[in-house]
Amino acid sequence: MSDIIISLQNISAEYDGEKVIDKLNLDIRDHEFVTFLGPSGCGKTTTLRIIGGFIEPTEGDVFFEGEKINGLPPFKRNVNTVFQRYALFPHLDVYGNIAFGLKQKKVPKDEIRTRVSRMLKLVNLEGYETRKVDQLSGGQQQRVAIARALINEPKVLLLDEPLGALDLKLRKEMQLELKRIQQTLGITFVYVTHDQEEALTMSDRVLVMRRGEILQTGSPEDIYNEPINAFVADFIGESNIVDGIMLEDYLVEFAGVQFECVDAGFGSMEDVDVVIRPEDFKMVSVEEGQIKGKVESITFKGVHFEIIMDGHGYKWMIHSTQSREVGAMIGLTLTPDDIHIMHKMKEDEV
Amino acid sequence: MTKKTAAYPYLAWALLFIAIPLGLIIYFSFTDGAGSFTFENIIRTGRYFNVFIKSIWLSVISTAICLLIGYPVAYLMSRASSITGRTLLLLIMLPMWMNFLLRTYGWMTILENNGIINQFFGLFGLGPFELINTQGAVVVGMVYNYIPFMILPLHSVMLKIGNDILEAARDLGASPGRVLTEVVFPMSLPGIRTGIIMVFVPSVSTFIISQMLGGGSNQLIGDIIELQFLGNAYNPNLGSAISFVLMLLVLLIMSVSGFLDDDDLEEKLL
Amino acid sequence: MKTWAKTYLGVFLTFLYAPIFVLILFSFNNSKGRTFTGFTGKWYAQLFSDAAVLDAMFTTLVVAIVAASVATIMGTAAAIGINNMEGRMRSSVMSMTYLPIINPEIIVGVSFMLLFVVAKNILNSVGIPFQFGWITLIVAHITFNVPYVILSVLPKLRQMDASLMDAAMDLGCNHWQAFSKVIIHEIKPGIVSGFLMAITFSVDDFVVSYFTTGAKHQTLSVLIYAMTKKRVSPEINAISTLLFGVVLLVLVIINISERRNLEKRKKARRIAMQEVEGR
Repeated sequence: MSDIIISLQNISAEYDGEKVIDKLNLDIRDHEFVTFLGPSGCGKTTTLRIIGGFIEPTEGDVFFEGEKINGLPPFKRNVNTVFQRYALFPHLDVYGNIAFGLKQKKVPKDEIRTRVSRMLKLVNLEGYETRKVDQLSGGQQQRVAIARALINEPKVLLLDEPLGALDLKLRKEMQLELKRIQQTLGITFVYVTHDQEEALTMSDRVLVMRRGEILQTGSPEDIYNEPINAFVADFIGESNIVDGIMLEDYLVEFAGVQFECVDAGFGSMEDVDVVIRPEDFKMVSVEEGQIKGKVESITFKGVHFEIIMDGHGYKWMIHSTQSREVGAMIGLTLTPDDIHIMHKMKEDEV
Repeated sequence: MTKKTAAYPYLAWALLFIAIPLGLIIYFSFTDGAGSFTFENIIRTGRYFNVFIKSIWLSVISTAICLLIGYPVAYLMSRASSITGRTLLLLIMLPMWMNFLLRTYGWMTILENNGIINQFFGLFGLGPFELINTQGAVVVGMVYNYIPFMILPLHSVMLKIGNDILEAARDLGASPGRVLTEVVFPMSLPGIRTGIIMVFVPSVSTFIISQMLGGGSNQLIGDIIELQFLGNAYNPNLGSAISFVLMLLVLLIMSVSGFLDDDDLEEKLL
Repeated sequence: MKTWAKTYLGVFLTFLYAPIFVLILFSFNNSKGRTFTGFTGKWYAQLFSDAAVLDAMFTTLVVAIVAASVATIMGTAAAIGINNMEGRMRSSVMSMTYLPIINPEIIVGVSFMLLFVVAKNILNSVGIPFQFGWITLIVAHITFNVPYVILSVLPKLRQMDASLMDAAMDLGCNHWQAFSKVIIHEIKPGIVSGFLMAITFSVDDFVVSYFTTGAKHQTLSVLIYAMTKKRVSPEINAISTLLFGVVLLVLVIINISERRNLEKRKKARRIAMQEVEGR
């Protein structure tokens, strides 16, 4: 287990007198790009701040390379943070901001200069040394913030929704850029976001969080294809979630129709959530359809059409490259792979 | 365009009651009682050179003490929760509702020879110490009365230093002490500048504090001016000339400190 | 907050409130001197039959309220006008606005005195009676109050969405309606705090009042100043304690209701968040 760089054991934390993290356990491996994904208030930022040393957990231990670091102040941790709104020092120029960490460590001036220019190159900001930070665009400020953290050669870089303030196009660019930087340097990135697409694009591993708990951990593919419950399914991408009954292993009934599926091990006649991704439906003629209904609306989304169909008492969302007329009757079919069965969440979790 | 007119009543008022009165000071400075031009008043101001020096010296000390005491107060207020910060701000403003003269009178009660402090020392057979009618008492009075004007601009500048900035500094390896010297201090410089002016100017021109706490021997420039207008030495021409010199002095200090070039001064004054 | 921080603030506040405490204590002092000889409430009782003190209090409050009100109206209008100015015009108007704030108070007071003396001579020579009194006091107070109103309204105007005015006029308001129906609500906090600041500075003012007051109506400060030459009557302590108490009470009430509001907002936010999540 020597490749585990950060380990959180039984961590609880409070914010404003409220418990925001409850007995959380987590291992982060070296060189990994891990993303905490969840809605606001799920405890993802708090977890990040515990690793950074800005918050002390009320319970539990934090380990860094096997060593307990509870109570160690941020400036003694081999971890650096890229803050949500950059937190650049307005009284310093770009050079001063990036050099700040090395100056604290009393690194010789010459070395600071070479390392700063190397960093500026890494983040594509050569020649910006003497710019005031308020004269930079949002994307450039973001790059300075990243360079400022990375120059200290941390083993782990913490990123707290670093792209939240950028526009869509820039955000996409920076996603690729961050991934490239992480691969170039080969260090661990711990990334916090509420944007599922961002999480799926960049991460080696995604942790979906909700109310201070980790609901599911896995590779982006696993999480997308095999969400553990309806919340994860709904949060990661769009999905149709309907009530179903597990008749027996490999046989489920929903929308009044029986379907073969690939899941087993549920109780007989157990109430379940059935999740179907909109792109998994196959549109066929009414006669052939397992589910039938009337097209209620159709919207062009660039690559595909989004069709809402009304049938069997539900509104179904379908993504397809083919168009249909509004008001037309259509049928839908599913293969067993397309049907994801999940235990119902307990009442208090909803 | 039409909306600028909203300011016209104020402009007329300011011309009549700000510009003209100051013009009158200049006019009186350079005329004698009969209204003819003279440098006599300005030259006579030179006699009070030592009083000017003393006023400036005591004000410099008071301003430095205000900065020293007020800086940590402003910093702690800016880091407190918003409701605690607001409460502290109110607590600092609240004494203003007890009259300024009365507060200074309160200090007389505390500092005088049979005052509270000396009574306390008397319990141990010590004293009485000569506290009142000293330069030290004048400095206490200045610090006490004007320290809010140091804290307020410092506080409003420090409020703008986000906690994430301080966290970033700590994250990058700065110890708590270095966070203060390398981030908080340079970022609060504009507030320091405003605070210094806001304390120095009333200190250097006070006449009440020196009269009440300094006794007769600690006359400051404000006392001299007051004497020329409402005192026995009635001579508004000389009084205007001294005021004019004092105004120049204040302007000089402000322009040296760069105070007047500040773009968003208005946000720091309040 | 850490212990040392609390201690530091505690010591500082003690320094700030030491004379206040002494003044309140001496409003209950049995004798007139500056040594405490025993508790009494008699100064509070005598206060209400002392015409000089009551008149001074009345003058102080009337001057403060009238001056602050006029200053608030004129200052708010001025701020709107200034906000629409640019370049040199704006900066020269702003310099004039700073003057009464950064100019030494005694110079402001003296310059008013000169102005009113000159005005008196001119007016009296043409047969118009004019004396130092209500008018000189109020004019002087308005003048040093206006800058505070302007400086607290201006930032609110700048923070305001610039299209609000356009939107209001686009929807059929004229300038005045746009102001009274839209703008004023946006800048209200600035107006209120400007007004409160003006009243506070007015009540506390001594220097400017001293140079502009007439023989008849004195403000509390000027009355106290006359007394400090000899001995300040405990009645003054008593009336100041009353004023201080009223202000303190008002602030405490405001503070408590703010705390309550904050709690409510917190709760509402929590519920809203859970709703979003439970979707």
